[in-house]
Amino acid sequence: MTDFSSLSPAQRQAHIQASLKKRHAAERRLKFFGISAITLALSFLAILLFTVVSNGYTALQQTETRVQLSLPVEKLVDEEGKIDLEKSAAFNWSGLVKKAFRAQFPDVKGMSDRRALTDLISANAGYELRQEIEKKGSIDLPAGEYWIKTSDDVDMLMKGRMSRDIPENQRRLKDQQIAWLDELIEQDNVRLVFNKAFFTKADSREPESSGILGAVVGSAMALVVTVILALPLAVMAAVYLEYFARPGRLTDFIEVNINNLAAVPSIVFGLLGLAVFLGFFGMPRSAPLVGGMVLALMTLPTIIIATRASIRAVPPSIRDAALGVGASPMQAALDHVLPLAGPGILTGTIIGVAQALGETAPLIMIGMVAFIVDVPTSITSPATALPVQIFIWSDSAERAFYERSSLAIVFLLMFLILMNLSAVLLRRKLEKKW
Amino acid sequence: MVDSFGYIALTLIVITVASFFVSKNRISSLSSKHKTKSHSLAYYYGLYAAIWTFVPAIILLLLFAVYANQYLETILVSSLREALPELPASFLDLKAAQVKNIANGVLEAEDAVMAEVAREYEVARGQVMNIRFASVMLVGLAGFGYAYFSIAPALESRIIFENFLRNLFFVAAAVAVLTTIGIISSLLFEAFRFFSAYPFLDFFFGTHWAPNAAFKAAGDAATGEVLGSFGMLPVMAGTLLIALIAMLVAVPIGLFAAIYMAEFASRRVRDLVKPTLEILAGIPTVVYGFFAALTAAPFFRSIGLNLGMDVSSQSALAAGGVMGIMIIPFISSLSDDVITAVPQSLRNGAYGLGSTKGETVTRVVLPAALPGLIGAFLLGISRAIGETMIVVMAAGVSANLTANPLESVTTVTVQIVMLLTGDTVFDSPKTLSAFALGITLFLATLMLNIAALSAARRLGEKYD
Repeated sequence: MTDFSSLSPAQRQAHIQASLKKRHAAERRLKFFGISAITLALSFLAILLFTVVSNGYTALQQTETRVQLSLPVEKLVDEEGKIDLEKSAAFNWSGLVKKAFRAQFPDVKGMSDRRALTDLISANAGYELRQEIEKKGSIDLPAGEYWIKTSDDVDMLMKGRMSRDIPENQRRLKDQQIAWLDELIEQDNVRLVFNKAFFTKADSREPESSGILGAVVGSAMALVVTVILALPLAVMAAVYLEYFARPGRLTDFIEVNINNLAAVPSIVFGLLGLAVFLGFFGMPRSAPLVGGMVLALMTLPTIIIATRASIRAVPPSIRDAALGVGASPMQAALDHVLPLAGPGILTGTIIGVAQALGETAPLIMIGMVAFIVDVPTSITSPATALPVQIFIWSDSAERAFYERSSLAIVFLLMFLILMNLSAVLLRRKLEKKW
Repeated sequence: MVDSFGYIALTLIVITVASFFVSKNRISSLSSKHKTKSHSLAYYYGLYAAIWTFVPAIILLLLFAVYANQYLETILVSSLREALPELPASFLDLKAAQVKNIANGVLEAEDAVMAEVAREYEVARGQVMNIRFASVMLVGLAGFGYAYFSIAPALESRIIFENFLRNLFFVAAAVAVLTTIGIISSLLFEAFRFFSAYPFLDFFFGTHWAPNAAFKAAGDAATGEVLGSFGMLPVMAGTLLIALIAMLVAVPIGLFAAIYMAEFASRRVRDLVKPTLEILAGIPTVVYGFFAALTAAPFFRSIGLNLGMDVSSQSALAAGGVMGIMIIPFISSLSDDVITAVPQSLRNGAYGLGSTKGETVTRVVLPAALPGLIGAFLLGISRAIGETMIVVMAAGVSANLTANPLESVTTVTVQIVMLLTGDTVFDSPKTLSAFALGITLFLATLMLNIAALSAARRLGEKYD
């Protein structure tokens, strides 16, 4: 510290000017740190979204190749010309498709070459043709051109996700296979079409026939259970705590518990579900019912807190008026306050459910991580959920699953944005200013 | 039909609705007959009867849902033991599942013995289901009968109904408490079973974590002999290392962002940036995990290769760094709240003494907000150690006791997921150890949360 009294006014002035500069520089530094912190955080967000979208958008397309098929009608239909399911089940669809595909390359001989050739088309191609024909119920085109899916490796190469430049021994498609493929491309026998399977199928071992429908249905079922359980419980609890709880230790204890549950790691809820719902009560594993119950316990605090806030936002005069004309406290709460708090409760619930939609860990704990090829039909049948499906796919080695995982994330984020947006809009539209 | 839960519940609801209208009509006719006014409005008598019809019956139905399966399970196990005395205990569950599938017609019986057991099981199940249907209906009708005959104009049905609702509301509020009790008791119960097979101190202070050794010798696990090694120190150290990296990313960015937004930013910037930052908080953790495992980890690895360092493909740095990004909005919004809660009078005092805005922030506002900020950081740490998906996808599974962020470490949550997924015998020490980890995690986060809340409360008291 300088002793100011010994300085002349001019010196003092100079000293202050000098230190002011430093002090303003310090402030600018602080501001700069703040702006760079925000910029950094926002660029993380941008990088994250860009990575996911740029990796995922190609999964909207799927490569197909043209083959000339002749279906042996007499081996598949009954007297009336309808597909006979028993005959169809006995028929070697896969062999038919493979043979038709190989027919384009009559020069390819030898076991290993022929296998390398058929590796270009999807292992599920025969099965999917069978499903398509069985669904149609009759054979319209006994002999003609059909488009079948290629294998995921070909798909990746066509979309530029697999480079032709890397050494052959590190590439999943060998030079010979690429040469065959180039021949097909030259004959205009390869095309990229909209990837319908992604939206209409459940999980599969083959990336080209796997989709998110099963997971979306599983998530939807679990969330319906969550709302059915959590919403009434939360509203009742909130009404109790706002109007009927007597101040005291018990009420304090309940409040502390609610606040604490909101901060318990989600995996602990999964352990609870595993030990109590599955272990003690013997409920079915992997079921959306149990998933929904666990998620309900998790979102309960969120909805309770939102409900209490919106009950408190209703002016006391409403309740007082109801009580004044002779309503009982219960009637005042249920008939007068709650309807007015409705919009707030609704938005709180949507936000809670959006949180639950993104939860993965507790669902893994109760076994919703299983490999399930069917779209679930009931809340007790084995199912998976959308975030869990993302987890399963990003664990797979195939590059094609990586792409599908990214696209699934895009959809998960779109669902979340939709839910949060509707919450914001609802709040704006329904909110009353008193 | 009779053995479907949904069918019984639906029937019960139909009966309940009927009881509502029957009772409502009854009170109307009763009061007009006696020429008296009833105590409550007519529909309260309907609600009164509906409660008596529905509640006892549905409780009974739920009890059946819980205990009927357990009862059937014990019957099945004992009949399996009888039919196949030489069956090893570890195959019992498998066989039991087979029997159920045979009884459900999903599976063909392999041999006569299994077919016989399945038939017995089917008969027993049929009996239980018939008893369930009959008793639930009986209790429902009995409840309705009681309500019907107790209805009289003098009955204070509104009061009874409101008292019932109030108690129901209390139970709903107590669900949060029940959940906490459920978590603690179930985790403790399984953890105690683990500690009866494995020494308590070795678990908390052991430095070697290799649960899979027990898995390889699963046959011996059944005899109660523990072969794995469950010293959780390296797991805990890994958890803390990743949490530390996450906080090193999240605290500076979150705090500076909060300071700027609370003290310097214009309203328009604030209204734009705050919700955008909160998008980061709304992104599911599995997405961060995906990003950490498939983008951040390879990125750090290639940087390391260029610098001539060996970075593990599951480095703590990638998992912790991405986790830090996830925690940024958490820290920034909590800190923002705390900073804006500092009374304006303190700032005005500092300005009055000639401080610049920057000095006011660093010398007056931040020290005043310190307890609340510490609370926010503690909640951030609690988040970080409880976070699961990022580390499951991006951190390692083998427990290394290391402080090097470039190496691969494992965390408590990763181990819980690893131990409890896949084909495991539920009673082995390996699976039980997951619950011991679970209770440790729960208590650690609980303490952090309580500490955070009390720190934040201290701030509130000081300036109110």
